[in-house]
Amino acid sequence: MSVRRIDERRPAVKETSLLGRRFGSWSAVAVRFAAYRLTPVLAIAVVIAVVPMFFPSTYYYRVAALVYVFALAALGLNLLMGFAGQVSLGHAGFMGIGAFAVAIGPTHFGLPTWLSLIAGAALSAVVAFLVGRPILRLRGHYLAVATLGFGLLLAIVFTNEAAWTGGPDGMSVRRLVLIGWAVRGSETWYWFSGATFLAGAALALNLIDSPAGRAMRAIHDSETAARVLGIDVARTKLRVFVLSAIYASVAGSYLALFNGHITPDVAGFLRSIELVAMVVLGGMGSIAGSLVGAAVLVVLPQALTFLHEYEHLVLGLILMGVMIFLRNGIVPSIAAAFKGRPS
Amino acid sequence: MADFLQFAFSGLTVGAVYALVALGFTLIYNASDVINFAQGEFVMIGGLSTVFLAAAGIPLPLAALLAVVIATAVGLALYRFAIEPARGASAVSLIMITIGASIFLRGAAQVIFDKRYHSLPPLFGDTPIRFGGAAILPQSLVVLAGALVIVVLLWTFIERTLFGKAVLATAANKLAARLVGIDTRRTVGFSFAVSAAIGAIAGILITPITLTSYNIGTLLALKGFAAAMLGGIGSAPGAVIGGLLLGLLEAFAAGYLSSQYKDAVAFIVILVVLFARPQGLLGRATVERV
Repeated sequence: MSVRRIDERRPAVKETSLLGRRFGSWSAVAVRFAAYRLTPVLAIAVVIAVVPMFFPSTYYYRVAALVYVFALAALGLNLLMGFAGQVSLGHAGFMGIGAFAVAIGPTHFGLPTWLSLIAGAALSAVVAFLVGRPILRLRGHYLAVATLGFGLLLAIVFTNEAAWTGGPDGMSVRRLVLIGWAVRGSETWYWFSGATFLAGAALALNLIDSPAGRAMRAIHDSETAARVLGIDVARTKLRVFVLSAIYASVAGSYLALFNGHITPDVAGFLRSIELVAMVVLGGMGSIAGSLVGAAVLVVLPQALTFLHEYEHLVLGLILMGVMIFLRNGIVPSIAAAFKGRPS
Repeated sequence: MADFLQFAFSGLTVGAVYALVALGFTLIYNASDVINFAQGEFVMIGGLSTVFLAAAGIPLPLAALLAVVIATAVGLALYRFAIEPARGASAVSLIMITIGASIFLRGAAQVIFDKRYHSLPPLFGDTPIRFGGAAILPQSLVVLAGALVIVVLLWTFIERTLFGKAVLATAANKLAARLVGIDTRRTVGFSFAVSAAIGAIAGILITPITLTSYNIGTLLALKGFAAAMLGGIGSAPGAVIGGLLLGLLEAFAAGYLSSQYKDAVAFIVILVVLFARPQGLLGRATVERV
């Protein structure tokens, strides 16, 4: 069933078929295939390249860089939620591991920052692997609560181990230096985080159409059916959980490096909720949706600062409104509207 | 021994509040399958409204009564304007809606009230009662008695009245309940109202001991949820036992192990329960039909 769905989703792009006629049938197939696989990546690349032309100041670069960082974490979570159908309300915990890895590594162990980033991602993967096996046996509300509890535990550890993490006030983070080049400034981080998000999106797209990705989506439709088809359900879930933890960890590292300071809030409950909201808001199972969801939830608080104390009130209202009226998320709802189907 | 008694009493007092929050969770969950993350906000509304109404010159008992009415109205509004329109949404969407509601209510409280911590005068003064070397605040006994009265009243209402039976029927099978002529919208709305009222009463009772502020709701909701989980989600006696047990565990962990990691206890409990006995202490195992 999942195989058929891929064919339905493959758009018949007019330009590529014109191109194809000119280059003969074999290249036509190749071009169409490439066009299909790369369309979202190309679209994202164009967005990343074109958007800065409309930026009046470096402040906009800063906000946009944050959008890509959160989009990266949301994308990882979307693989877990949107494609494999497993919810996690504790993903900010992995962002916290990544963030504190780049803060603690250079400060306490004298490791280079880039190595700390990789170590943080590896640690997140190991933690996800160890916790994932028992947690992912659970379903529905139970899974939601278990991941929530796990994320909160990490946040409590980050808050309490003040000797390592600076406690509630957090700690400062040394700049990222790559081969003698210091990565600093909002504009540099814009391109850096944009490129990383692009790479993450390309990887995610590749995964979705691979056999492992199909197994993942089969589990989303029905675990029992997937098992009957010979899919190792536990292993497939665990793999995507580990992968999504790595995405979140890298995003957390970027956030820490970009801000130059980190507090345990990065791993807090509200952060986890924010990530889930980005996924659901943008659209579960939509790569572009992760970017749209992150953009809305990063830009909105910035745009609402003029409301001062009414900010949370409005944020809560918007969150409720979107969940009630745009249940399928922004990108899938728009796509459905274009196809003329009711969402 | 004195330490032990002291920890046990403070644990039971906080546990009684967790139990009431968990009971509210259970009521709403049974009636509508919604995990209501705004449950802790009812506790906050109850406490803060009483503080501010009393400060405005309204006598304390009347202020408390009004606070419960306000919380009940908020609970009904939550159902009518957020949950009811989202009928048929996925579990995750519903969770996100209640989290949105909780952020909204916290934001509203911050605007309507303020960001400071507030207290209420205890009902019977604050001279501690000496008992076996432990000092017990009279208000602790008020909290425990209040929780007991609520549980007994709720149980009587559910088991002994026709409307209570309708609520039970709705929880058991919504479609079947509708087929026998029960207005399930009313029973679900009722469970939102009652669990809001229970939360508000818990908030008023505990404010003299733990103080209240606009942001106490989130952690309370999570711990009440942990308690409901511990007892077995969907089971009302389980919610009460789970709440008391969680309060005790927390108090002993804070007393004997580490007060820093007090808040971690609830979540370690959740994880251990889920791994070892996912249906909770009193819950029934369910089999998924394909």
